[in-house]
Amino acid sequence: MSLTAADVKKIAHLARLTMSEADINRYTEQLSKIIGFVEQMNQADTTNIEPIAHSLDLSQRLRNDIVSETDQRAAFQAIAPQVEAGLYLVPQVIEGE
Amino acid sequence: MHKTIAELSNDLHAKKISSVELTQQFLERIKKLDKTLNSFITVTEEIALQDAKTADAQLAKGQASPLTGIPFAQKDIFCTQGSKTSCGSKMLDNFISPYDATVIKNFKKAGTVLLGKTNMDEFAMGSSNETSFYGPVKNPWNTDMVPGGSSGGSAAAVAAYLAPGATGTDTGGSIRQPAALCGISGLKPTYGRVSRYGMIAFASSLDQGGPFAKTAEDLALMMNVMAGFDERDSTSVDHPVPDYTATLNDSIQGLRIGLPKEYFGEGLESNVAKVIEAAIKEYEKLGATIHEVSLPNTTLSIPAYYVIAPAECSSNLARYDGVRFGHRCKDPIDLEDLYKRSRSEGFGSEVTRRIMVGTYALSAGYYDAYYLKAQKIRGLIRRDFIDAFKNVDVLMGPTTPSTAFKIGEKTNDPISMYLSDIYTIAINLAGLPAMSIPAGFVNKLPVGLQLIGNMFTEARLLNIAHSFQTATDWHTHTPEGF
Repeated sequence: MSLTAADVKKIAHLARLTMSEADINRYTEQLSKIIGFVEQMNQADTTNIEPIAHSLDLSQRLRNDIVSETDQRAAFQAIAPQVEAGLYLVPQVIEGE
Repeated sequence: MHKTIAELSNDLHAKKISSVELTQQFLERIKKLDKTLNSFITVTEEIALQDAKTADAQLAKGQASPLTGIPFAQKDIFCTQGSKTSCGSKMLDNFISPYDATVIKNFKKAGTVLLGKTNMDEFAMGSSNETSFYGPVKNPWNTDMVPGGSSGGSAAAVAAYLAPGATGTDTGGSIRQPAALCGISGLKPTYGRVSRYGMIAFASSLDQGGPFAKTAEDLALMMNVMAGFDERDSTSVDHPVPDYTATLNDSIQGLRIGLPKEYFGEGLESNVAKVIEAAIKEYEKLGATIHEVSLPNTTLSIPAYYVIAPAECSSNLARYDGVRFGHRCKDPIDLEDLYKRSRSEGFGSEVTRRIMVGTYALSAGYYDAYYLKAQKIRGLIRRDFIDAFKNVDVLMGPTTPSTAFKIGEKTNDPISMYLSDIYTIAINLAGLPAMSIPAGFVNKLPVGLQLIGNMFTEARLLNIAHSFQTATDWHTHTPEGF
């Protein structure tokens, strides 16, 4: 399967990546090749084969719903790009009056 | 020959050398030799000397464990509290980890010394260490060649004896392939054996941490520290941990070795095949019997992997948003601009490629054709191994189809790079333990023999590898100038 530049632009947006026109062209070619390559999978007959997400047949372990962590907000925010009063700052999202 | 971890441990306990002296020797070697190799991203000299002093105090009090005072290098994918943990990416170039990975905690508890953090392919995505933001690592056997990847820095550092042991992670071969190309021993444990907590995630259903060292005996000593259940890792398996050193010297008389015929076909370089055949002969001399087996779905493992790994990577790497940690673009005009520019500036081209492939494979309308299909093929591959292990105890073959390739040789052709992992990828899809040990040389470049075991048979694999290393000396060779 061959991807178009429009497909690649859409994928880039979904992945929240920005790309120049030159990048778009390069990734269109490379991604088409990779997708073409993985389509070899279609040669395999997988009728009645159960998909496996995990190599061991184990169920997800659960724990009791009790507080087990200590408050480390200060340590985590010490490495954040921009914080104020314990909050992470981002550009304005909601328009003001 | 350089001393192994086991020998250094004896010297430390016999007070022939102190941990501070030993640590200084390795720091000197790094200073002198790593300019050429680029195997370290960060050298933690102050921490190392402090760790060594603590270790010497423990040794003096007689409270030491076998690894107390031994210096190790840690792959820069493991979070180390208070020091930079970059994962080979510009995205995390400014990231000082606020906590320790469980593996790092375990090494600390054992009284080891942290020499530094090793270079790697960006977010462990690569087979040559060329996708690192910090530049490629050189192979100590020939500095025009790649060391393999993604744990290329750890493998090169151990091969050049800048550290007697190091950690790595293996998602599709990232411990075994560099171990093979650098002529050292490396073990990828069973999925769930070593905690993934604090090990930066690439493809969570495949990633597994493990050790690098010169010998299987050293790997066993490291596994005694690394393996075990961790409640902080939801896929950690609560399975008893043996003493991996206890069975090293068991007899391998009557061992049934399976040779997957798909691992000896087209694509395998003939000189590499000869080295592997000679190694198998050596095992026959040691009392093993040889059986041909088939893993018919081997060729499907690469396409299935290059759907599953990118899909999981696109999901895992969504966390890098420029908000909480890591790289943030300058002067974002709005939230979308903040996300998009921070991510595009922070990620290199291989990581971007895989995020894009994964995003596509998981997008509406394509999920069944790609991700679900790949998970079914994963079922087929697991069945291949289950069938093979009905009749044999261990599988053997080459770790890689060729020896180390030239730096730059495959960078413009991602698919050719992906194909070099043909013998390692299926093992991750099946979750099995496997290792690579030195088996000989072709044109002065090392060749690795791969040993694949059934679930949780690491102790047996180490025993089988140790038997080979007792009878041969390939693991004792060191690259000239190092």
